[in-house]
Amino acid sequence: MAGGAVAAGGAASAAIAAPLAISPTATAMGRPIDASVYGLPSKYESHVARRRTDVFKNRQNWSDWSMTPLQHQPGIVTPNGLVFERHHAGTPDIDPKTHRLVIHGMVRQPLQFTMDDLMRYPSVSRFHFHECSGNGLTDWLKPASTTVQQTHGLLSGVLWTGVAASTLMEEAGIDSRGKWVLFEGADGSAHTRSVPIEKVLDDTLIVYAMNGEALRPENGYPVRVVIPGWEGNVSVKWLRRIKVADQPWHFRSETARYTDPMPEGKWRQFSMVMECKSVITSPSGGEQLKARGFHEVRGLAWSGAGKIRAVDVSFDGGRNWREAMLEEPVMDKCLTRFKIGWNWEGGPAVLMSRAVDSTGYVQPTVDDLRKTRAIVGFVQHHNAIQPWTINANGEVRNAIGQA
Amino acid sequence: MAAKSAIGIPLGSSGPHAVQPLPDKPRFGQPVSESDLAAWNIDIRAPDGLGLPAGRGSVAEGKRIYDQKCLACHGADAKGGSVYGTMVGGIGSFTTKARVVTPGSMYPYAPIFFDYIRRAMPMDKPQTLTANETYALSAYLLNLNGLVPADAVMDQNSLPKVQMPNRNGFVLDDRPDARAVRCMTNCK
Repeated sequence: MAGGAVAAGGAASAAIAAPLAISPTATAMGRPIDASVYGLPSKYESHVARRRTDVFKNRQNWSDWSMTPLQHQPGIVTPNGLVFERHHAGTPDIDPKTHRLVIHGMVRQPLQFTMDDLMRYPSVSRFHFHECSGNGLTDWLKPASTTVQQTHGLLSGVLWTGVAASTLMEEAGIDSRGKWVLFEGADGSAHTRSVPIEKVLDDTLIVYAMNGEALRPENGYPVRVVIPGWEGNVSVKWLRRIKVADQPWHFRSETARYTDPMPEGKWRQFSMVMECKSVITSPSGGEQLKARGFHEVRGLAWSGAGKIRAVDVSFDGGRNWREAMLEEPVMDKCLTRFKIGWNWEGGPAVLMSRAVDSTGYVQPTVDDLRKTRAIVGFVQHHNAIQPWTINANGEVRNAIGQA
Repeated sequence: MAAKSAIGIPLGSSGPHAVQPLPDKPRFGQPVSESDLAAWNIDIRAPDGLGLPAGRGSVAEGKRIYDQKCLACHGADAKGGSVYGTMVGGIGSFTTKARVVTPGSMYPYAPIFFDYIRRAMPMDKPQTLTANETYALSAYLLNLNGLVPADAVMDQNSLPKVQMPNRNGFVLDDRPDARAVRCMTNCK
């Protein structure tokens, strides 16, 4: 046994130090019900918060990002106050009464919609993961981040509610020449992307609600696009304009940004799908196992190409793997919970998870990805396997590129 | 293959695309004309500059506007300032291990300058520059990157003709590009 730094868990042996007393909360009245209030988490949960990256210091916080505390998220739904943020010019406060959405360009009849108009259409609610293409960009070849919030927290799971984009597009009447669709925001960046019309008519949503309430301002209030399974920034927030054309626009946001370095000085463009990925969220970086014995290893898996078919977990750095249990529901382009029991005997271990999606794609290692991509500079679309090392003291550390 | 229940009852089609059938399609959009939304219609198609408005601006005018409205964040001569890094240089760096991404090294088409500056800059007052100011700033940044001469004037005809060094620098998405194997035992 290594050092005996942690106690053996689970043994019912010594008597407890003191008998259980009646808690003060059981001998007093609690807080009364307010006439009207928006409820907040317990004051004991204040450590659960979005955080900016502690690796990459932007010198302003308008074009910046904050990350979801995945280590504290049970299940597959991210509470609205914890859904990650990425803005290019800060969060606007848009009055839904005056906001308008227009569809124009290569359509039979240009149209404008009020928010009241949009909410009258047949509604669609769907669970999807939402992930920034830059998730993991600070941690490719060696560890820079400590926690899973910092390595993987540009990821959230949301029940989106809105209108099928196809409903609105068909009302405007798409010209047969129309092959690409522009989405543009009403924020100070007027963020814009070109999206192929096939995807827009397939499963794209024009969304006004998330997780049972109106969109939060930082997530696009009062209306945004959601393009399931694709890199987050194509799901334009604060949507004001949809335009149909026969070609892509090649905006800055799809040439100088959101493109991926490739060998021989090239850049991969319109890399939209977020490929199959998984990460162990418990135990994860910055935590410490307090006892030997049983631990339920838990994590999240997702794929922009379909459903999660399986997740394997290794405890020895990738030499041997065991298939984990997937927790229902397992949904298309959605966070999927996996878990597997593990008996930690107190020695060093290297934990990693590897997801397989419904297309048969197997989550790669960084070395697998390096065979075809150039890992240089600001590298996006990092879906490689994440190793966590555990030492004899139970301390869990990020080991990307090391294990 | 049609899905069936455990006792063989066909379940039919279902899934995320199911929309409730309606006797008549609801139509709530209000007709609007292109001229009504002209103030919003700011996109420029970068390869040929479709959408570029009338107007013109010179390198010298661009420097004057830059020094007033841009320098505080981007620094003198666009070499990097208090908030953002350099916007000049980097041409030829993409085949090295240190790629320097600037508008000069990265944009495949010069009309991106006009589109992006007009929609997003200056960061504290976007969509307030005139067409002339936006052409002038485009000319100035192109000149600082060595891509147009000091006496250049940019307008809807000249801007799309500027040859950008990264014109052929992009490849379309060809993923999946990894072929990992699902090995379960003695894998390394």
